[in-house]
Amino acid sequence: MYEFKYHRPATVRQAANLLVKNEDAKVIAGGHTLVPVMKQRLASPPHLIDLSHIEGLDAIEMKGRSLVIGATAKHADVATSPIVGEAIPALAELAGGIGDPAVRHKGTLGGSLANNDPTADYPAAVLALGATIVTNKRRLKAEEFFQGLFTTALENDEIITKVMFPLPKKAAYIKFRNQASRYALVGVFVAKRPSDVRVAVTGAGSDGVFRATAFEEALKKRFSHKVLDGVSASAEGLNSDLHGSAEYRAHLIGVLTRRAVEAATAK
Amino acid sequence: MAKISLIVNGNPVNANVDPRTLLVQFLRENLRLTGTHVGCDTSQCGACVVHLDGKAVKSCTTLAVMADGHEVRTIEGLAADGAPLHPMQEAFREHHGLQCGFCTPGMIMTAVDLVNRKGHDLPDHVIREELEGNLCRCTGYQNIVTSIAAGAKAMAKSA
Ligand SMILES: Cc1cc2nc3c(=O)[nH]c(=O)nc-3n(C[C@H](O)[C@H](O)[C@H](O)COP(=O)(O)OP(=O)(O)OC[C@H]3O[C@@H](n4cnc5c(N)ncnc54)[C@H](O)[C@@H]3O)c2cc1C
Ligand code: FES
Ligand code: FES
Repeated sequence: MYEFKYHRPATVRQAANLLVKNEDAKVIAGGHTLVPVMKQRLASPPHLIDLSHIEGLDAIEMKGRSLVIGATAKHADVATSPIVGEAIPALAELAGGIGDPAVRHKGTLGGSLANNDPTADYPAAVLALGATIVTNKRRLKAEEFFQGLFTTALENDEIITKVMFPLPKKAAYIKFRNQASRYALVGVFVAKRPSDVRVAVTGAGSDGVFRATAFEEALKKRFSHKVLDGVSASAEGLNSDLHGSAEYRAHLIGVLTRRAVEAATAK
Repeated sequence: MAKISLIVNGNPVNANVDPRTLLVQFLRENLRLTGTHVGCDTSQCGACVVHLDGKAVKSCTTLAVMADGHEVRTIEGLAADGAPLHPMQEAFREHHGLQCGFCTPGMIMTAVDLVNRKGHDLPDHVIREELEGNLCRCTGYQNIVTSIAAGAKAMAKSA
């Protein structure tokens, strides 16, 4: 790891000022992506700004018809929060399936979204539920936020402060794990929302998380796995690597979408 | 350099560290608490698991500066020198939950955290799922699972 200077701001405003003042500075939350990357010397920020001590930034609460989760809420907090369990149980289950218990004690929602790993779990939930990402500067819709592999709409001095999830009528997430890394080989989040149905796929797309519109169209007519007979995903634009071919991933999208719809309707 | 103050195994510790020092390095090299091991150094194996404010974390993936103001417990902190072993340690000894012992400190710290979160009556499948982040290259896990189930029960009695 290369040398850096460590800062521990008490507020988001202080953190944002530090980002503006120090060129190439980076924020750190759980550090469970950034520390490994710095150890490999793939990142070498000269300044690290620790968000993990900003009070209230990890709050979880209901605001009207939305579940609002603070950026530094840890995966374990989301997994065990009675508020999340009541409002969007699929989200609690998703968080409880990230990595392993020790990873869940450190990794955060904001860090996962800012990183936008193409195999991460949270991006699927954020896109399928139509969540809004709130930063120190503005509000971003999920579809504007994710911009491809490890790329988001965030500017250099922008910090995610919270995410607002509108409550779905039904939802479920099914993940087919990569046995070695525990990330998603393919993960599908299905949400029946008051106005539409969304199916978001992670792990498969060579451009990161995306919506499987063919499945959405079929499910809009009737929210049942039965309407999915004959609907399939194309392998075009999907990842092919030593863990699975694009065709295999396309197949999994179909299987997992059916399972997710079954799980959502059983709830 | 950065000044840090934390509690390690119940004792206050003050130090001046390079911010890039990992918590595991700080524990092993500065404090000479070498019970915490580095297996992979890539966040996978769990040999480095310690408790940070009572929760299991991978100390190879945590900066020492981020633990400033917090409480750390390592395998050395489970039972005092010369005192009887912690019930989870005793269960690993009794049920042959280790061979070379390299993964054992991480296994035991993970197991104690698991009992703290999920109680004393732990079905095998729960123990196996919870060990997702801990690798053992020797035992085949069978005896580790047996040890944890027994240790969990023993912790109920000693509590
Ligand atoms: C062994 C292991 C297994 C894992 N398995 C999974 C898995 O199955 N599924 C999964 O989804 N993830 C998995 N992860 C990743 C884990 O969830 C990470 O913790 C998470 O992706 C990043 O969160 P963090 O808080 O640790 O971020 P950090 O490492 O602190 O930061 C990551 C990036 O986000 C930026 N950032 C952090 N917070 C903010 C913010 N509020 N605003 C703007 N930018 C910010 C940082 O500058 C950095 O670039 C795994 C990690 C490990 C080590
Ligand atoms: S040494 Fe930390 S997880 Fe392997
Ligand atoms: S006992 Fe040897 S690695 Fe587990």
